Amino acid sequence: MALSRDTVLKVAHLARLELSPAEVDEFSGQLGAILDYVARLDELDTSNVEPMVHSVEVANVLRDDVLVPSLPRTAALANAPKTDGRYFLVPPIIEG
Amino acid sequence: MDWTDFSTMDLLDRLRTGELTSAAVTAACLDAIDQSNARLCAFLHVDRTAALAQAEAVDARRQRGEPIGLLAGMPVAIKDVLCTQGEPTTCGSRMLERFAPPYDAHVITRLKVADAVLLGRTNCDEFAMGSSGENSAYGATRNPWDLERTPGGSSSGSAAAVAARMAPAALGSDTGGSIRQPAGLCGIVGMKPTYGRVSRYGLVAYASSLDQVGPFATDVYGAALILEAIAGHDARDSTSIDCPVPSYTATVEQPLAGLRVGFAREHFAEGLDAEIAAAVRTALDIYRSLGATVVDVSLPHSPYSIAAYYLVACSEASSNLSRYDGVHYGHRAENAKTLVEMYSRSRGEGFGAEVKRRIMLGTFSLSSGYYDQYYVKALKVRRLIRQDFDRAFESIDVLAGPVTPTPAYKLGEKANDPLSMYLGDIYTISANLAGLPGIVVPCGFTTDRLPIGLQLLAPPFEEERLLRAARMFERATDWRAKPPASM
Repeated sequence: MALSRDTVLKVAHLARLELSPAEVDEFSGQLGAILDYVARLDELDTSNVEPMVHSVEVANVLRDDVLVPSLPRTAALANAPKTDGRYFLVPPIIEG
Repeated sequence: MDWTDFSTMDLLDRLRTGELTSAAVTAACLDAIDQSNARLCAFLHVDRTAALAQAEAVDARRQRGEPIGLLAGMPVAIKDVLCTQGEPTTCGSRMLERFAPPYDAHVITRLKVADAVLLGRTNCDEFAMGSSGENSAYGATRNPWDLERTPGGSSSGSAAAVAARMAPAALGSDTGGSIRQPAGLCGIVGMKPTYGRVSRYGLVAYASSLDQVGPFATDVYGAALILEAIAGHDARDSTSIDCPVPSYTATVEQPLAGLRVGFAREHFAEGLDAEIAAAVRTALDIYRSLGATVVDVSLPHSPYSIAAYYLVACSEASSNLSRYDGVHYGHRAENAKTLVEMYSRSRGEGFGAEVKRRIMLGTFSLSSGYYDQYYVKALKVRRLIRQDFDRAFESIDVLAGPVTPTPAYKLGEKANDPLSMYLGDIYTISANLAGLPGIVVPCGFTTDRLPIGLQLLAPPFEEERLLRAARMFERATDWRAKPPASM
């Protein structure tokens, strides 16, 4: 069953993804088909099963709180689309 | 001397003694790339001068009697999802068209320490999302065995490069089969290590609980060699496991007495190409002739693996790819007036269709009201799939089976049907969900002269067992072959 246009636009907004009208139509059908397919998981009784996030379960991998060199500023800014040499520059976040 | 006539062990021996120089082998690979890459579209970026300089440096050290690393000047091609400092790393995407990482991935550092020659950057499906190579923003790689057909994906360029002998070895990444499927479709050896065996630091993330870096080679020894060079704990990847790396090359030639080879009944259901099924059954007979027992087992949750995978992988991908927002690196849309507009347009312009589809699917399944029904449900089924394997491995040592349900299909055949593309992942995907190591070796050809692969899976951290079992089969057969030169 196709996803409604509204749902597609809502999800696209959550994902901060601008879609063309053609893409909205196409994804409406394709995502609907995929979601219909994955619904087969409902056939399985998982009421007594714990979710498995990682295949090899390690916990609390920490290091000592010791200062180590980090990426130099010039390297960090080297791929910036827009920079003043100190910061990454972006359009205004807050009006006024 | 034509390096492509030698086994990887022979090639390495000759590089170590200097009978073949790294410069000569590297130059031969670069010439092969010049000759074939326009046709195959395997490499995205090659720097001839830099590659030869690396090779000459290794040769100079060897000539001075200085110690040289495990790989002794062997050229290795690199899938374009592995960060190499200062070199273009596009991940097959327009989003990162001009991106040059400020650091080396852990596996790149390991290759440099081993004195490999980094040969060039290979093509792949965008952000490693795809099973055919057709999702690359820079053109689809072609299968060296038939230029009209897919080499498989997402490590399409690395597989084609090794199959066409443009390189003796390559690195790829495997999240749902992206090393194993191309290896099978291109007639070479490919291996996905246990999750956590190889550091993911510097691997551009697709799905963090599924991704692993692994080798392509022309034979099992080559895979053992590359794995030995790149495996091991790395403090910069907190999912990297701190346990010793055995010397895989020291044991790979030793057969396994009393080997129990399993096959899953569910893998031989309808939908499997008859020639592939026959070749895999013949492989099981070969194992019997080598003294192994062959046991059928059941993996009852197999039919649910694709659904579980795509929910888990796309959910993780939607999170991992949120970093591409036009702020720190990558494509930024022009003339955006607000921050949100900049994010949305940059991502809309920079990503291809499949990437957008997976981000959308992942975002949906993580969203409020759907999270339990989709994402958490998939994680529970993931545990059931892992339990199937744990149970199976109580009575078998390795699980053998097909790699893909069909041989290499024609480019364009599945392009408009994403779900049909996903269904081709049926044999490889469970190993990523369960974290198991897997290897693919060639086991035959179809009547159309297309390669057929055999997959072996083993319990976690049993790469040594896997390599030895694969080598037993390889030694008893003769499927190692080069595609016709006319291709």
